[in-house]
Amino acid sequence: MSIFTFFQRKPGKPAVLEDKDCGLLVFENTTEVIRAENVLKAEGCEIRLMGPPPEIQSGCDLVIVFPLMEKLNILRALTDRGVSPIDVVPVSSPLLHPVDLFQVKDYGAYLMVRAANMKLCVDKNSRRIVNISGGGCPDVPYLAYEMVGKSIGEAPSPRKIGHTLCGYALDLAFEEIKRRCLPS
Amino acid sequence: MLAVIGTYPRKDFPLVFGKIAMEDERICIQGERIPVNRGTPALMAAALRTAEALGQPAPFGYLVGDIGQGKGSRLLYDHLTHNLPQTGFSTLTFHYLQPIVHWHDRVLSAIERISKRPVLIADAGYMYMAKMSGHAPAYDLFTPDVGELAFLADEKAPHPLYTRGFILHEENKVPDLINRAYANKNASRFLLVKGVKDYVANREGILGIIENPVTEALEAIGGTGDTLTGLVSALIESGIEISEAALIGAHANRLAGFLANPTPATQVMEIIRQIPKALPEALDSRRGRK
Repeated sequence: MSIFTFFQRKPGKPAVLEDKDCGLLVFENTTEVIRAENVLKAEGCEIRLMGPPPEIQSGCDLVIVFPLMEKLNILRALTDRGVSPIDVVPVSSPLLHPVDLFQVKDYGAYLMVRAANMKLCVDKNSRRIVNISGGGCPDVPYLAYEMVGKSIGEAPSPRKIGHTLCGYALDLAFEEIKRRCLPS
Repeated sequence: MLAVIGTYPRKDFPLVFGKIAMEDERICIQGERIPVNRGTPALMAAALRTAEALGQPAPFGYLVGDIGQGKGSRLLYDHLTHNLPQTGFSTLTFHYLQPIVHWHDRVLSAIERISKRPVLIADAGYMYMAKMSGHAPAYDLFTPDVGELAFLADEKAPHPLYTRGFILHEENKVPDLINRAYANKNASRFLLVKGVKDYVANREGILGIIENPVTEALEAIGGTGDTLTGLVSALIESGIEISEAALIGAHANRLAGFLANPTPATQVMEIIRQIPKALPEALDSRRGRK
């Protein structure tokens, strides 16, 4: 069995949105954050997902950073789609960046990708997801139940059915493994 | 008695609690039959098989349905807050629960009202929350993998997703990461770090390393960390000192994995089946070293 491990930064990183002149959209939970992100990306808004500053951390958190100048447009787009934030605050302290490193392990017939605390393993030949491991939030066993045994082309995206930061991390691993295993 | 506390990934699964049994490789609590794939049911199954092999009573289990929306976890937190002070559990193992810091603090306060303080073990989401709340030193054992250890070592990260890049989670950094986690008061009394090598440590340093047998495929298999926490929980409940239990449990988990002859596609129940064979060998091996 040939085994090697290396780190790789996620390709195609978007242009950096500076924290100054930015605001934070705070939502009830990670599910709402991801719904709002999908809405705003579809609208072409320049946003990014970040960790909240300590003063508004409550648990398993993610916030959307947006240019304050676009506040009205963004709030209107979200309200129209029924996904309003519970708070909008200016960025006042440094924000935490989600991990963007992948660890890849090649088991010969299988390929495993790790993003943060989540690992996803596929059969390289059939492209079937054979295992999901790591993580600590309750949607991890749920996502494993929904995804293991399905091909990466057919499995539901953690971004769509996950609810927590572990689900978000699994989505990063899922997208990376699709990038590596599906024809472009 | 050992109590294992966690979630099951079904939205409509009720809160159940009671002695854990197994029938046809399914966990049984209060009449509910739960398949063992990964997560808390895998931890419970491993703890039960370990307790049986040691001639100990079956563990107690608390399980509630939660798919990551937190509704079930809140129900369970509320139940624990009101009922834990009246229980006589000697070991409590917390597992996959939605990380909500204020609920963690309420449960910890309820534990402080138990007449004799139980041994506290935290893995998965509950370990994240214990660190995030600033109460990590109140726990006796955390069971992180190397990535989660990096998260414990990063005093600013509220979740492993935010571990800063300069705190690399590489195997050869484990001793440094352990030191950093203790220096920032983000570690429990003992740590069992799962990885290519398993490390048992406390504030003074590394107490032991288990590195054999080596079975590369285990890292990819969902639930192998859960089985390790289950093994160690039951060993601690049997009266074995925490660091000793962690070393024996780590060796037994590796042996069970090895005996299952796994590929990365193997499912965790195949490993749990091997615990009754693996545990006596790990216990004998440890006795032989003393």
